[in-house]
Amino acid sequence: MNTLRAGIIGLGKMGLSHAAIVGAQPHVDLVAICDTSAIVTNAFKKYGRATIYSNHRKMLRRENLDFVVIATPTKLHYEMVREALERGVHVFCEKPFSLNSAEGQELVQLAQRKGLVNQLGYHNHFIGTFQEMKRLLATGVIGELVHFSGEAYGPVVTKEKGGTWRSRSSEGGGCLFDYASHVLNLLQEVVGRPVKVNGSLLKQIYSKGVEDAVYTLLTLENGVTGTLLVNWSDETYRKMSTSLTVQGKKGKIVCDATELKVYLKEANTAEGLEAGWTVKWITDLAIPVGYYLRGEEYSAQIEYFIANVRRQEPGTINTFEQGLYTDKVIEMILDHAA
Amino acid sequence: MQHNNSLDRVLFGDNQFFGVNHASDDKSRAQAMRFKDDQSIIRVLDQAIDLGVRTFMCTTHDRIANICDHLRANPLRYSEFKVYPCMPYAHKYANAVTELGIMGTINQYVPGSFLGTFAKGGMAVVRSDYSKLMQILIDAEMKMFHGINTPVIFIQNVLVDMILGLGMFEVFRDYDDYIRTKYGAEPGYITMNMPDLYDALESVGIVNPIICASINKSGFRMSGGIERNELYLREKTFRPIAMQVLAAGTLRPREAFAYLAQFPRIESVLFGSGSKQHIAENIELIQQCLLVPQEA
Repeated sequence: MNTLRAGIIGLGKMGLSHAAIVGAQPHVDLVAICDTSAIVTNAFKKYGRATIYSNHRKMLRRENLDFVVIATPTKLHYEMVREALERGVHVFCEKPFSLNSAEGQELVQLAQRKGLVNQLGYHNHFIGTFQEMKRLLATGVIGELVHFSGEAYGPVVTKEKGGTWRSRSSEGGGCLFDYASHVLNLLQEVVGRPVKVNGSLLKQIYSKGVEDAVYTLLTLENGVTGTLLVNWSDETYRKMSTSLTVQGKKGKIVCDATELKVYLKEANTAEGLEAGWTVKWITDLAIPVGYYLRGEEYSAQIEYFIANVRRQEPGTINTFEQGLYTDKVIEMILDHAA
Repeated sequence: MQHNNSLDRVLFGDNQFFGVNHASDDKSRAQAMRFKDDQSIIRVLDQAIDLGVRTFMCTTHDRIANICDHLRANPLRYSEFKVYPCMPYAHKYANAVTELGIMGTINQYVPGSFLGTFAKGGMAVVRSDYSKLMQILIDAEMKMFHGINTPVIFIQNVLVDMILGLGMFEVFRDYDDYIRTKYGAEPGYITMNMPDLYDALESVGIVNPIICASINKSGFRMSGGIERNELYLREKTFRPIAMQVLAAGTLRPREAFAYLAQFPRIESVLFGSGSKQHIAENIELIQQCLLVPQEA
């Protein structure tokens, strides 16, 4: 097996996590990293092996990379992704994809034209419980769908302060771009694509300039309506907790990253589900990974991406096109709230 | 120093006190409610002690500082009691990094005046002297354990596994040296990637390390595959502590602990529970399964 040459642009929390995961993959050499923070790059200089850049263009020009992971603030995605694709480099980019859908559209087309693997970091798609929920919904176990609720809560901003790009909406800060994008993307792939916003509340709780909570009523392409409830200023949650609930005429599914709970009015023998509640746990549904950091999903998404790079064939999970659709829904919510 | 070298069979963990549950967010929330006040934690700790537990393995969560105050205030009651700190409490830092960035987080969590800490060198020192920075952060985390017997000091898996993935193995060497010289304690490593970590530690000359890893019958969180993990448990020289033996509560205790019996090198089992009955049952099962005598 030939060794792939990898690079990473942006070494914040997600970038460092990706660097560790990429570095641990067999037959992958993390040859270059790019960041402007001296405290981070000096650590790589002292302890690491990769060549360090502060300019991503220089890195792309010199390193002849097979793939690059881009984990910079959202406003930088467009330019960096475009330049990588133009050089024929496969791209894994953190979410959300772009700050405006026209730019996102251009990147989707460029990746398609070049036939390059393109993937975003909506990692919930690599959590076994949500994968199982998607499968069960596709088999129709709960009958005709009547309502959904997509939710996420967590303790990101719990005090009044600000100052980084995350407190500037124009740069992709705020709960809508950061937290809600995860739920929207999960919802669109597991239940259906939102096509209409029926009402939105964007609430500031502690932040100045950006929203800390997003509550919105959505209609999906399949006609189902429901709610999106997201709040990143809720310290009753220890960490980000994402869940999907879907009610159908024959039952209900409640799913989060640890448990999948199915309630059926009548037993479904084909699926081995009894009437009443059945609970499936992540301990049985987790995707086994070669190297673990913070959750199987973070490694599983990189393993999937690398497998596609080796095949030279774009994947079907977390494509740029899917991320672009999420960006469009975010725009719809912003327009509606304006 | 002999007493520093042996680990208790049973190590009592703290996940249940802080709403950490790997199989259910609902249970996690119920636990967070039940252990809202420190007295409820102390009550369970005391029950565990009465059942024979002598070691509490805990994160450097803010609330552990209150538990440490209680231990210090009752020296007779806890004279035999040991604490194995596991640092850092990662979510504290992870949430801060999302909001404040890496420098902002260091500024927030390094105690006292940050620039004062480094006197003349200031930020320039931070940007280049990582050993020093690590030492300051370790000292900050260890402050709450002042006066308490902490014979083993662990780094949490998030940090261990990140350093491992980044290939920065010399950091382990620095950590190992500092824990031994400054605290006279044995360094320990928590990981979800035991075989790779073993190889990494060996490569920087760390021999016979204490490694706390997922070891369970269903292979849950035994990265790299259960076979390779089992091979290392049989053939490599290290001091394994088994955690997640019950695979987040999805295995029956009897069969779960029985699985460990085939690996005589396992020195200790880490588990947490808020139920007196479960604690008693687990202790009994652990004593049965780990039959090889410990070094005195």
